[in-house]
Amino acid sequence: MNTMPQPDQRDASLEDARLDIMLRQVWDTPRGLWGALATVDHKVIARRYIITAFVFLAFGGVLALLMRWQLARPEGQLLGPDVYNQAFTVHGTSMMFLFAVPVMEAMAVYLVPLMVGTRNIAFPRLNAFSYWMYLVGGILLWGAFIVDLGPDIGWFAYVPLAGPQYGIGKRVDIWAQMITFTEISALAVAVEIVVTVLKQRAPGMSLDRIPLFVWAMLVTSFIVILAMPAVMVASTSLILDRLVGTHFFNPAEGGDVLLWQHLFWFFGHPEVYIIFLPAVGMISAMLPAFVRRPVFGYIPMVLALVGTGILSFGLWVHHMFTTGLPRLGESFFTASSMAIAVPSGIQIFCWLATIWYGRPVYRVPFLFILAFFFTFIIGGMTGVMVASVPLDTQLHDSYFVVAHFHYVLVGGAVFPLLGAVYYWFPKFTGRMMSERIGRWVAGLLFVAFNFTFFPMHLLGLLGMPRRVYTYQTEMAWGGLNLFVSVSAVMLAAGFLLFFLDAIRSARHGEPAGDNPWGAATLEWATSSPPPSYNFARIPLVQSADPLWDAGDELPVTSGLRVDRRELLVTTVGGALPEARESSPRCSLWPLWSAIATTALLMGSIVTPWAVVWGSVPVAIALIGWFWPGGSKEDES
Amino acid sequence: MRHRKALDLSALPMNGTGSASLTWWGTLAFMLIEGTGFAVVIGTYLYLVSVAPEWPLRAPLPEWGPGSGVTLLLLLSLVPNMLLSRWAAARDLRKVRLGLLLMACFGTAPLVLRAWEFAAFGVSWDSNAYGSVVWLLLGLHTTHIITDLGETYVLAALMFTRHADNPRRFGDVEDGVLYWNFVVLTWLPIYACLYGIPRL
Repeated sequence: MNTMPQPDQRDASLEDARLDIMLRQVWDTPRGLWGALATVDHKVIARRYIITAFVFLAFGGVLALLMRWQLARPEGQLLGPDVYNQAFTVHGTSMMFLFAVPVMEAMAVYLVPLMVGTRNIAFPRLNAFSYWMYLVGGILLWGAFIVDLGPDIGWFAYVPLAGPQYGIGKRVDIWAQMITFTEISALAVAVEIVVTVLKQRAPGMSLDRIPLFVWAMLVTSFIVILAMPAVMVASTSLILDRLVGTHFFNPAEGGDVLLWQHLFWFFGHPEVYIIFLPAVGMISAMLPAFVRRPVFGYIPMVLALVGTGILSFGLWVHHMFTTGLPRLGESFFTASSMAIAVPSGIQIFCWLATIWYGRPVYRVPFLFILAFFFTFIIGGMTGVMVASVPLDTQLHDSYFVVAHFHYVLVGGAVFPLLGAVYYWFPKFTGRMMSERIGRWVAGLLFVAFNFTFFPMHLLGLLGMPRRVYTYQTEMAWGGLNLFVSVSAVMLAAGFLLFFLDAIRSARHGEPAGDNPWGAATLEWATSSPPPSYNFARIPLVQSADPLWDAGDELPVTSGLRVDRRELLVTTVGGALPEARESSPRCSLWPLWSAIATTALLMGSIVTPWAVVWGSVPVAIALIGWFWPGGSKEDES
Repeated sequence: MRHRKALDLSALPMNGTGSASLTWWGTLAFMLIEGTGFAVVIGTYLYLVSVAPEWPLRAPLPEWGPGSGVTLLLLLSLVPNMLLSRWAAARDLRKVRLGLLLMACFGTAPLVLRAWEFAAFGVSWDSNAYGSVVWLLLGLHTTHIITDLGETYVLAALMFTRHADNPRRFGDVEDGVLYWNFVVLTWLPIYACLYGIPRL
């Protein structure tokens, strides 16, 4: 059989086996070190992203355990105040910037191209670059922590503590540049997702047929694009204050410390939704498979996602209620903080209606969805409580707030994420995770989570401030703290069990088949794990639940070239085919660009001149990246 | 799952142009990111004005000259930029080469004048918060001029190589044109902010 493609050879006349061989020739990442470093396959990169993010979750979890050990008894001796400050800063920073945001984006990097029925993400080389930047940002933070240079200013790095006067040494600069690394990577992924969703959907996937997870990621990506520049401006200004003597946050020279809080929270509040919206998207994606019907209220769900995205920019001041802002301003932000409960409520009622009208199948992902409902609703209700200024004034900076945001973030994002890992693991690896162990994991995490964090509400009400490295016996917080710490060990055991199950199942799990849950969306139309080219023939979408409505035969398109990497570009609204566009091949330039950018950013921690000389290798790497290589992908 | 061929797409073009081009959308997305960055820095400027007892802080009013010169040069550059866009759309290689060389000059001129503009504020970045935010805003915009100019140089060089004879390159030129328009148009509110607000 001749498998060498002719110039401009099309797929129409090829039978399936031969088409597979030919597509592999152009799409497969070469084996070996070069291939590993040069790959632009969204699935390979996403897998790395997900694994790296879970490694940072585990690291952050170890720090949490150390802090709980320290707080288990009054006058604990395990960690001194300096190490404790580093521990909570690196814990929070890791969980937000190195785990929560990247893992959600990574799930999208894997799933969105499959769900919209295309062969690779838009700008695959940018995707490779974004992973390297993220990895370096994480290594920077943790490397610094290991050599006792870890930031010690809290994950939101308030000035003047983080400014040049009090934040001596390089610890804060490391925090600020870690922000630069992770934000560059997050912004790059956001651009890729926006363009993939808008322009690379399979023909026929009009706006009202886009899977809800994809909608959630589109809205999330726009939030990233509009929110992250604020934190980059903030961290850049902070570095400038520290490094070249500007006065953005120095009141003695016309600067203002609250400016930092405004800039940070203008990003920091939408950040919560950057983490939360992908999670609700995951729930909407999983739920139909376990109740055997489409999600109730598709259009209200989409509008709720968009509404949440817009409202998320009107809440940031509720983090600053105790800074003495004008009353009217506070009232506005109280109102908007309560208003955002409305779209969240709409989604919850739509899900409840979906379950009500469906026939629930109690598999592990569904158990995590139920765990989400319970914990997130508690977190949402305490959120409405602290949205009220008088109550917030009392509870600000106390353990009540620690309890609240862990309920929102773990309940609202981590539980759906773990459910999503159980749900999509068969797609990622071709093997199922253990149903039996999964039930233990879900149960253990749910119980241990509530045991760990619910008493923190009470500790906060009893007056225990957050970020204290110890407390005296006479405060009478010892009993509850001991209970919390013991529960935290149980929580860690749940995560350990999850990791062990994932590692074991990746090798020895039961083979999954293409569509083990009988789900309706396109990622289940291809094999598990998918081939490098995702779809041998790009699907033609004729309904919102293509696999449920297709019967035995999936309608597909034909006429694409097989001698170069080719995918389809379609219109934004109706997904009508516009062009057969090429997709870039593997390249080392993203890695070189990341190395050059790393030299620039790391150098700038030491001397501002690094920005000048460091820009030369960056420019060279970028020129190398964009210079056409004369491949078939460059033809037009 | 078995496949049923339901739509033949063999007649589609081999690359998308204009709004069918992925890089066109990518350029828009990056413009949104950077536009948000500019808006945040202008917001920072206004915030610092709101907490300052006087504005500018212990500094003279900015001199109009160099900044207005930069503005005029930038606005003037829109003319060759528009021509370049037309020539790229018409895929006229000879004229596109000329247009890129023109844009390389029209981009360099405001950059040179920008050096004097920094001096025209009579304040250093480390004098006070006014100096800091002026230099940040001006520096951020200058970075955009430099990066787009670098891209124009590279594209100009590229169009004199064997890679030039390719509709994709004309698409690259059109994306470059789009981005330069963005660099010029974002300057206008920054100009109004930097020179107008101290005079209010």
